[in-house]
Amino acid sequence: MFAASLIIFGATQALPGDAARSILGRAAQPESLAALRHQLGLDKPVWQQYWEWISGVFSGDLGSSLANGLAVTDVLGERLLYSSFLMLIAAAISIPFGIVLGAVSARKRDSAFDQTAGVATLGLAALPEFVVGITLAVLFSTTVFHILPSVVVTEEGVGPWHYPKEFVLPVLTLVIAVVPYTSRIMRASTVEILESDFVEMARLKGLSERRVLWRHAVPNALAPTFQVTALNLAYLAGGIVVVETVFNYPGIGSLLVESVRARDMPTVQAIALLITGLYVVLNLLADLATILVSPRLRTSLE
Amino acid sequence: MSVAAPAPAPALEVVDLRIELVDGDREDIVDDVSFLVAAGEVLGLVGESGSGKTTVGLAVLGHTRRGARVGRGEVRIEGRDILALPALERQQLRGKLVSYVPQDPASALNPAMRIGGQLDEALSQHGFGSSGADRRVRIVETLGEVLLPSDDAFLRRYPHQLSGGQQQRVALAMAFANRPRVIVLDEPTTGLDVTTQAHVLETVRDLCAAHGVAAVYVSHDLAVVATLATRVAVMYGGRLAEVGPTGSLFRAAAHPYTRRLVEAIPELSGRHALVGIPGTAPRPGHRPRGCFFSPRCTYVRDDCLETPPPTARISPDHESRCLRHAEVMADSAVARRVAVPLPEVVADDTLLAVRSLTASYGQRQVLFDIDLLVRPRECLALVGESGSGKTTLARCVGGLHVDYTGEVAFRGQPLAPGARAREADTRRQIQYVFQSPYTSLNPRKTVGQIIAQPLRLFFSVRGTEMWRRVREALERVQLSGTVLDRYPHQLSGGERQRVAIARALVAEPQLLICDEVTSALDVSVQAAIVDVLAELQRELHIGLLFVTHNLALIRTLAQEVAVMSEGRIVERGPIDTVLDSPQAEYTTRLLADTPSLEAALAASGSGGGAPTVR
Amino acid sequence: MSDLAAAETAEVGRAEKRTRPWRVLMLTAWAQHRTKIGLGITLLLVGIALIGPFLAPYPPDQGVEGQLPFAQPSSDAWFGTDAIGRDVLSRFLWGGISVLILAGLSTAIGVSLGVAVGLIAARARGKLDDVLMRTMDVLLSFPQIVFALILAATVGPNLWLLVGAVALTTMPRAARVARGAAVEIVQRDFVRAAEAIGLPRRQILFGEVLPNIASPLIVETTLRLTFNVAVVAGLSFLGFGLQPPAADWGLMINENRNGLTLQPWPVLLPVIAIALLTIGTSLVGDGINRAMIGIERGSRGSE
Repeated sequence: MFAASLIIFGATQALPGDAARSILGRAAQPESLAALRHQLGLDKPVWQQYWEWISGVFSGDLGSSLANGLAVTDVLGERLLYSSFLMLIAAAISIPFGIVLGAVSARKRDSAFDQTAGVATLGLAALPEFVVGITLAVLFSTTVFHILPSVVVTEEGVGPWHYPKEFVLPVLTLVIAVVPYTSRIMRASTVEILESDFVEMARLKGLSERRVLWRHAVPNALAPTFQVTALNLAYLAGGIVVVETVFNYPGIGSLLVESVRARDMPTVQAIALLITGLYVVLNLLADLATILVSPRLRTSLE
Repeated sequence: MSVAAPAPAPALEVVDLRIELVDGDREDIVDDVSFLVAAGEVLGLVGESGSGKTTVGLAVLGHTRRGARVGRGEVRIEGRDILALPALERQQLRGKLVSYVPQDPASALNPAMRIGGQLDEALSQHGFGSSGADRRVRIVETLGEVLLPSDDAFLRRYPHQLSGGQQQRVALAMAFANRPRVIVLDEPTTGLDVTTQAHVLETVRDLCAAHGVAAVYVSHDLAVVATLATRVAVMYGGRLAEVGPTGSLFRAAAHPYTRRLVEAIPELSGRHALVGIPGTAPRPGHRPRGCFFSPRCTYVRDDCLETPPPTARISPDHESRCLRHAEVMADSAVARRVAVPLPEVVADDTLLAVRSLTASYGQRQVLFDIDLLVRPRECLALVGESGSGKTTLARCVGGLHVDYTGEVAFRGQPLAPGARAREADTRRQIQYVFQSPYTSLNPRKTVGQIIAQPLRLFFSVRGTEMWRRVREALERVQLSGTVLDRYPHQLSGGERQRVAIARALVAEPQLLICDEVTSALDVSVQAAIVDVLAELQRELHIGLLFVTHNLALIRTLAQEVAVMSEGRIVERGPIDTVLDSPQAEYTTRLLADTPSLEAALAASGSGGGAPTVR
Repeated sequence: MSDLAAAETAEVGRAEKRTRPWRVLMLTAWAQHRTKIGLGITLLLVGIALIGPFLAPYPPDQGVEGQLPFAQPSSDAWFGTDAIGRDVLSRFLWGGISVLILAGLSTAIGVSLGVAVGLIAARARGKLDDVLMRTMDVLLSFPQIVFALILAATVGPNLWLLVGAVALTTMPRAARVARGAAVEIVQRDFVRAAEAIGLPRRQILFGEVLPNIASPLIVETTLRLTFNVAVVAGLSFLGFGLQPPAADWGLMINENRNGLTLQPWPVLLPVIAIALLTIGTSLVGDGINRAMIGIERGSRGSE
């Protein structure tokens, strides 16, 4: 995580063309450049800037956005709310869907259901998110049906739950983008367990199929399930960038894109840090969950 | 001892069983299998890989692997055909009427469930007792029978917290808990060390006798079967070759395959020569039209090639599937080929000298102060059980393990640890053959390329000269030149091991280190490889360091033997001395615990299975 | 020759035809419908992208005579015009190359680097392994798009930067797969045998290990390619790839989004193209993957 923050900072600083110049434009006077630089703290040595930034992070001060001078935290705040909402709803739908689809495909492997599901997930998993988004927009907003808005227009200060209709397409896009991917992984893990020796042994012990499934197969399938869930969420975190842009959804993904266009360093750094942090935390949680679930690892900790 | 003839309504009766593949041409995996087992009797189901014995064992439970189904036949347990029952009823019978002990207990126990729970489940699923307390009583009883503790702390353990032997006993306990009528054991002692194996076998025998259970013991190890079983059924290519009482079957086999099998078993006494069987067993779909064994049979006649031979009844409980069974029986009863005595080793100098060798894996020390000597043209057998350190020692000598102190000297010159640090010529002179032929050859290279590689490296020969030497090496291991263009996966295990030996030979070494080179192979193939090695040693006068856990195997091969236990050499000396009059207590125990065909036959007289091994 | 060898040769002779592992893999993969379909689709799209410019009726940045923006399809412009009146068909035909080159190049670089890192790590074990893989992990903690965006924030849209960023994020993923497969191979006896006779390190890595991890690597490469096409197109869509007035599928989608209700074609054509391309590569990759699994299962059964 530390290294990640280093990279973020380093990347934004190391390359030529600093922030001050990009704000004021090419024709800026050297004096105004120097003044702005001083104001932004860009004339201090690099490591000091880094230190200030990091300590700022921990104390909640992420600097001021270069685009509009507001504190970054303020700008982030509302957008974060919107994005979190989006992600949560998408997660709530896609996680169970992915797990169940994968598990059922594994249970009925090689059946017609499995074959069709397999091909469908393969195709859908390959598509870029914005393709899915645009296609859905085309289908439901413009050409075929006219029921849902393709562009989200909101007022400032109003919570996301006031706009249910606007949610449908972005959520749907995210779900369609993520579920095929995770259900395939789930299927593979489940198949591996269903064909393992001890499951066969349980059958040979004369246990009923239901018991075999629930007492023997599922507990051992929990570890891959957690990993799949974490993967799912992480993938969503990456996906919101594009999806929000497609639908003009006011979340941190679209904010990131705007900030990059405007070379708004502090904001970019902040958002990047946030998303990356989320990624890392999720992976850590998945690993932790795996340890808790596996008795072998658990007892070696005792 | 138990009765040889079947009692009324035998506990287990298999009639005309056929199991076939689900897709494709519905080729059979096994066909025409019929046998009986009486209550309290142990039937040994014997065969090499590909014989179908495991499939038959599973079928006794009414179960087939994915991709296979029952084509025909009945499996009657106490008169009831379980194959004819609906799936639900069959499932209810498993674990209660007929149960199964798997080969690998570690993978057969649920890693996420405590063993107390798994035992309890075995009982509760079949409606035993009316409460948890009732079940607990039975659990304690059964655990006691398999000599395991039954206190709370033990029951709360997970499978990975038990040793291999303990896991296997838990599996046994689970199988016996419901007092079934029939039990199928699938090579349950594979991977256990000899002493544990002896215990487990004794437990099985006692339990079967005590509860009147009919047992089917599936195994490829004839020595083990001879000590345990009253009757034996030999399978080959998915068919039964011969069924009969243990003593008669082994002493005077009525089928050529059985006979060859017996001749391939290594003996502690070393009186007889080890003879392998050339060729490989046919896989489903590639089986010959007439008798399956005909391509490899020395008794083959024209009428063997047309149709499979009918079952011939030699006595009420002894049958054989061979047209010439009478002749075979007569020949088998006569003494076997006597072993060729090993050449005497006369040499003053030393080929390999190991002094004060102490080796570790990180923190763990595995070898303690080892001293060892191998003279030129001598074969030294390094014997021990798993964990004794013998492989580590071989690796240190071969330059594959570097974490050691002490000296390894070759021809008087101390060697650097690690092959890379040694001179090229030294590397050439010490060659290593690995245990598993399935992983010691590069799957992406042809046999020719594999064998040619050391030539390129050590001798910088190319072209015709190189290929000439390659062919020469192949000839020495008795492989034809047609394998040159083949890939390892197209060869059998025995052939692959020969290629590995050829690769070592081509470097013209002085010392050949063989690390358990026969452990992954079938008995008949094992004998052939040992044969090849013995011949090589005679002709090429190379020194041989032969590592194995099979005591009996070395009799026909080694002049000297060193016995290892827990990282130390406990006894060493000429082979006759050590095996016939062992000094160390460990050696004596090892010899006593090793199942031996001769011992079993000698002790039992003319009847069924042998009494206690010790 | 002894009867032993004669009997064995007869048996071996009756065994399967001589087939090199490569051919077996490719043939098995080809045998599946999905591979054929996938390959067909992919080649079709690649063809469009490569040959397109030669077939386009107009140059990509020129307006069509007498046509308004977002005009409907006509005989002059078969798919109508786009947001500033250029011929949609021409821009579409011109727009594929950039995606192909960017995605292809970044995948090639990323995978090569990743495989090198993975191999070295697998063979080294210990300290070097740890350091290398930790570095990979750090790179992995960024979603691909976010990483590219961060870099783009500094210098603005720059094609080489794009390629570099995507390659850099491809590398750790390929390295993980390469290392995973190589670690398993390195422990096998035939590699030990090569070490025992003192084969030079480079020869061991490339001659012994690499051919044996080729199958999973091929599958991973197709997977990476599929993803990278999506990432590159996405970045273009966001405006960080080729800049206007260049013709690029991702860019086209973004430029003409607002006119979706009027004229869907300038958006639809590139959308369909990108979708088909990713599906195509994905199918091919899956076909090879299944072939690989099937072969492994078969060879294990013969023991």
